[in-house]
Amino acid sequence: MTIPAQALRHEYLRHNKTFPHVWCPGCGNGIVMGALLRAIKRLDVSKDEMVLASGIGCSGRMPTYLDFNTLHTTHGRALTFATGVKLANPALNVVAIMGDGDATAIGGNHFIHAARRNLNLTAIIINNSIYGMTGGQYSPTTPFGSQSTTSVYGHIEHAFSISELAVTAGASFVARATVYHADLLDKLLEKAMLKRGFAVVEVISNCHVQYGKRNKLGNAVDMIKSYKDQAITVAKAKKMTPEEREGKITIGILEDRDMPISTEEYRKVQERAAKLKEKA
Amino acid sequence: MNTASMKTEQLETPDRYEIRFSGSGGQGLITAAVVFAEAAGVYDGHQVCQTQSYGPEARGGKSKAEVVISSQPIDYPKAIELDMLLAMNQAACDAYFFDLKSNGLLVVDSDLVEQHPTSRIISIPFTAIAKEEIGRELVANMVALGAIGYLSGQVNLDNLEKALLARVPKGTEKMNSKALGRGIEEAAKIDLDLLPRSAMSDEDDEV
Amino acid sequence: MSEQNKKPLLLQGNEAIVHGALVAGCRFFAGYPITPASEIAEMLSVELPAVGGTFIQMEDEIAGMGAIVGASLAGTKAMTATSGPGFSLIQENLGYACVAEVPCVIVNVMRGGPSTGLPTSPAQGDVQMARWGTHGDHPIVVLAVSTVMDSFTITVKAFNIAEKYRVPVIILSDEVVAHTREAVQLPDAKEVKVLNRIRPSVPPDWYKPYEGDARGVSPMASFGDGYRHHVTGLIHDEMGYPTQNPQEVEKFHKRLSRKITHGFSEIQMTNSYYMDDAELFVIAYGSVARSALRAVQDARKNGVKVGLLQLITLFPFPRRTITPLLKQCKAVLVPEMNSGQISREVQRVNQGRCTVVKHNRIDGKFITSWELYHRINKMIPPA
Repeated sequence: MTIPAQALRHEYLRHNKTFPHVWCPGCGNGIVMGALLRAIKRLDVSKDEMVLASGIGCSGRMPTYLDFNTLHTTHGRALTFATGVKLANPALNVVAIMGDGDATAIGGNHFIHAARRNLNLTAIIINNSIYGMTGGQYSPTTPFGSQSTTSVYGHIEHAFSISELAVTAGASFVARATVYHADLLDKLLEKAMLKRGFAVVEVISNCHVQYGKRNKLGNAVDMIKSYKDQAITVAKAKKMTPEEREGKITIGILEDRDMPISTEEYRKVQERAAKLKEKA
Repeated sequence: MNTASMKTEQLETPDRYEIRFSGSGGQGLITAAVVFAEAAGVYDGHQVCQTQSYGPEARGGKSKAEVVISSQPIDYPKAIELDMLLAMNQAACDAYFFDLKSNGLLVVDSDLVEQHPTSRIISIPFTAIAKEEIGRELVANMVALGAIGYLSGQVNLDNLEKALLARVPKGTEKMNSKALGRGIEEAAKIDLDLLPRSAMSDEDDEV
Repeated sequence: MSEQNKKPLLLQGNEAIVHGALVAGCRFFAGYPITPASEIAEMLSVELPAVGGTFIQMEDEIAGMGAIVGASLAGTKAMTATSGPGFSLIQENLGYACVAEVPCVIVNVMRGGPSTGLPTSPAQGDVQMARWGTHGDHPIVVLAVSTVMDSFTITVKAFNIAEKYRVPVIILSDEVVAHTREAVQLPDAKEVKVLNRIRPSVPPDWYKPYEGDARGVSPMASFGDGYRHHVTGLIHDEMGYPTQNPQEVEKFHKRLSRKITHGFSEIQMTNSYYMDDAELFVIAYGSVARSALRAVQDARKNGVKVGLLQLITLFPFPRRTITPLLKQCKAVLVPEMNSGQISREVQRVNQGRCTVVKHNRIDGKFITSWELYHRINKMIPPA
């Protein structure tokens, strides 16, 4: 089902908010936002029950524009606030939107513990391999040897694989797409939001202004096109050696498992505690 | 907004009775003090304040716990001058003896405190009684608590037992209650009037 | 609860804070273990689920503070409890609660610092940090408890102030108050005055989450109530949207301050003892106020005309109560378990009227009543 962009704009953008937004022309954030809105539309989630939390950075501005209960938190802490919201009112549909530095550097500890804790939350991480808003410093996903404003002699650290980190930390659902694969992204976000448990969707995105330019990767179109060439499916990746996978982006569902979720487990704790209290 | 305002004419002299339980960590001195405070405060209805200090280690190291009892609200929460000091080892006895009032009472474990700083001392083999008669060295604190309860005269002994039974783990009630009883018995054998008075005492001592 | 309240309870200060929080309607706690505050978390992990509330142990204090802000935005009264090192970590999201006007209560059971410091020793070294710990200009409410009963009543007041003014409220306890056990008669829950945040009554389309009423406080909608709105740590306009417009920015800051200044008469709490004919007085707070009271009473018995002003509210600093006393008396003694964090506030308000004498302990030891007694005697001006 295709949903016209205009319908999405009318329904989900804030009418009383002054635009334009802060994102540069060609930024992948808009593609992610569109995919998220289409997923919400298809799942028919009520706007009143939707909570969108974010951290700091370019991705952090997304909630400002959207007509939900929106929460623009501190740098790296979106998941901690989201945890409080979800536990206080489990009926709410809580999505956290973060960047790579946001979720895995300053918020890395919160990210792995949110995955371990397995609340019924959705985490979207837009991975553009750079700190865009602050001027192009290297992030935990900046590739070895790359240029950034804090690694002009070439980056000497190795990048995180956000999705593999999420799998190891215990997330119920982990998937990856790129902003080129918008249809796949739509489907993955829908699946993630439906998933009962902590669901992570990593989206490889372009920051042609801060990252692309310094590393001679071309403009937005060039960068987005390059994802088409680099992408391989999970099934294909399984058949390849680690050397062959070098420089490729594995897309699709990397993990999908059912585990007890802590909001439900806590209801049981409440029942046990109330019973004991009654006895006493 | 003043939530309270006390005028000079309301000045009173509070009565205080101060006890310190001291020894080493793991001897259960804080538990003993808590039970004492609960008996005096919750069951007897006195004002009580119970404090403690200890090092980071759970076992060993210095341990002390205090109880202040009064008929009026207690301002300063810790002991100022002790009416009674329980010392369950030599180090505690040496360190805290000088905090006793001149006519205060020093109570020690006979086997663990061999050098007595004064002849005005009550020495009872709490640990030996616990080990040999009750069968568990662990309850030496409760034997001592019984003796302190009796000698201080600050707590109803039935209430002391009630408070004790409410605090101890299930299944150990009999043992603890026996230990407390043995402490009371031992203390009852002592005639406080026969104890030497302190040379520093303010009381007139006719010769 | 009411059955239990008929006989006194032997409670530690930390436990009394839990009783106060539950009576005040706290239904969410998030925190991280730390000496000497852990009893609060432990007890709430037992009590909260039994009353339909939620306890969660987070990965650190940053997360604990973030979670209570989230829970409060979802409509639940929430608190965290920590000590010095954790108090350092909560500062970031404490600032968020200030800017986004999220009611919540933060307990800091002070221990010796800085850094890991003296984990089991009492101190009052976090007073100025409570005032200015989070970056940027901001008003803040800081209350100090000195007894077990205080720990109950002040915790209830802290929640009430938080809800009424939409502010985070900090309770400073210390190792002495936290672990002292006293027999207390807690009031029946029905007799305790509990305030709740005002909810919007206008239709959702009319709702301006940061407009402020005459007092500067805006009704607060919860997430899920149908009043969809934006919450941010950026300086924002009446709708909650980020702004850099100098007029809007200034208006925002002034409204945050106005909320507190309008509430001075209710927020600024002190206890005064024997001040009616005092020529000297002591300003003390927390556990040290107890030592000071004993010392003042002993000095009174020797004929010294000395009084005590106990500060319950440290910030906003109760200058309107203190200024007349500084005019009335020749000298004031300010004892603290730090190197002089409230005495500098007293000096600031004093403006040279009265002799301000500091008495500080920074050795991890409690200030005793007799050391204050001797200090008071030394202050008596020669006849």
